[in-house]
Amino acid sequence: MPEQGDRYVDMTLREAENAIIDEFSMYEEWLDKYEYLIELGKSLKDYPESAKTDDKLIKGCQSRVWLDYRVEDGRIIFNADSDAIITKGIISLLIGLYSGRTSEEILSSDFSVVEKIGLKENLSPTRANGLVSMIAKIREIAGINA
Amino acid sequence: MFPVLSRKVYGKDLVYFDNAATSQRPQSVLDMWMRISSESNANIHRAVHRLSDEATQAYEQSRDAVKEFLNASCREEIIFTSGTTASVNLVAYSFGEAFLREGDEVIVTEAEHHSNIVPWQLMCKRKGAVLKVLPIDDSGRLVLEKLDELLSDKTRIMAVTHISNVLGIINPVKEIIEKCHSKGVPVLVDGAQGAVHCKVDVQEMDCDFYVLSGHKLYAATGTGVLYGKKKYLDAMPPYMGGGEMVGTVSFEETTYAPLPMKFEAGTQNFASTATFKPALEFVNLLNDKELVGNIDNIRDYLFTELSNDSRIRIYGVPRGTMDEKIPLFSFTVEGVHHEDLSLILDKMGIAVRSGQMCAEPLMDRFGVTGMLRASVAPYNTMEEAEYFVKCLNRAIDMLI
Ligand SMILES: Cc1ncc(COP(=O)(O)O)c(C=O)c1O
Repeated sequence: MPEQGDRYVDMTLREAENAIIDEFSMYEEWLDKYEYLIELGKSLKDYPESAKTDDKLIKGCQSRVWLDYRVEDGRIIFNADSDAIITKGIISLLIGLYSGRTSEEILSSDFSVVEKIGLKENLSPTRANGLVSMIAKIREIAGINA
Repeated sequence: MFPVLSRKVYGKDLVYFDNAATSQRPQSVLDMWMRISSESNANIHRAVHRLSDEATQAYEQSRDAVKEFLNASCREEIIFTSGTTASVNLVAYSFGEAFLREGDEVIVTEAEHHSNIVPWQLMCKRKGAVLKVLPIDDSGRLVLEKLDELLSDKTRIMAVTHISNVLGIINPVKEIIEKCHSKGVPVLVDGAQGAVHCKVDVQEMDCDFYVLSGHKLYAATGTGVLYGKKKYLDAMPPYMGGGEMVGTVSFEETTYAPLPMKFEAGTQNFASTATFKPALEFVNLLNDKELVGNIDNIRDYLFTELSNDSRIRIYGVPRGTMDEKIPLFSFTVEGVHHEDLSLILDKMGIAVRSGQMCAEPLMDRFGVTGMLRASVAPYNTMEEAEYFVKCLNRAIDMLI
């Protein structure tokens, strides 16, 4: 489990989303947001090389993202990796929010958090596609396990 | 002179170093583009009225300007297209129909843009022909000795880029053309980058086809040129059928219009194509010594800075002098993803290209998933280059 997930584990999903929005609002400069995402990316560890398979690969970015999961006590535990660190920070942020939650919780989110922290608009269109694909994949996994 | 260059991005002055993808357009080009649309908008070649006459003249004056620019022997050899890609596809189709048979061979190089690979692959598939590839060495130079092995009595055409959009090395196209001609093989030169950085004389080069994109050469987007020797263009069937490209049409038999109209079916992108004239006038201004000196200085500065940084690997390394290198630098940074770098640079106001750059075989050749590319134009400044180097360093430090 990434540290990121632990920080929000006692909150409801809505509370966790708001906490992230608060945290991001402290950074006015884009480079500071990137610093934050880079740190988040670095905190995401232990994704096994053997799980870097095509079925876990998310398309739509210049970089590659792998997203894997397991279900424990009705909760979905995500793990992910990317070859680019900012992308890895973004997926880290997402799984920090959504990992360890039930599929109902995940599906109840409108994922507007990514717009509220300005991630979507400030990524280039190809990157925004990557973000959209990541969210779609998380929702898809929640759907399968509902 | 270049309105877009004075804008800001994320509150920072824009530093546009993605000129190899598309150049910015001078005011004179924008004016022409607008003038045709706002004053002389009428379909060209078709009507006798005043507006049509003005639009036709502007369009045809561009043909003359391109003919002069490339030093073609006659204006019929200049075909307008929508860009390099369209020009290559035209030749690959029509030349293929006229000259290729099953078992024939076509040569391309390892350094090509996808636009100068895929049309030939399609042609080979259609005709049952075989595609052969001239390799490059680790420095990004074509291995010319291998060409003798590749050329056979089955070779029908060779396609080679004047300058690779990744490597930025000026290829010895004249030597290649001589070798090919000695075996009776015509050569298409992809001049998408070459026409921007070299003085091109198609008669002197003796290429059989030369293709280029207007949008990389300060003209409007959606414009391109196919130069072809008349003897080939005459022998090739039309690529597309439609209005304007015909002599007489009946359901039994249609004859085709003479060159260049034979290859310009349908309503052309006349407002944009008319901008070749002001764009090439701008290019002529660039021959000014001071401007040339400025861009050479920037090139040398960037090369020195990038090659002195041990974390950076440059692809397309000049040998000896800088004369064979254009101000275009593709590179990777050890342990850093190209996308991260370009994202951070973007937020610092710097536009660079990242990714495969439409040259996947070349990425595979060097064992990378992508690169970063900074490409400089004459309107860029040394201050911008210094700012770029400073920001690149800062971005790398953030990521390592
Ligand atoms: C060397 C080279 N060939 C072909 C092309 C394709 O040009 P266009 O997209 O304008 O058709 C490009 C531009 O990206 C290029 O740099």
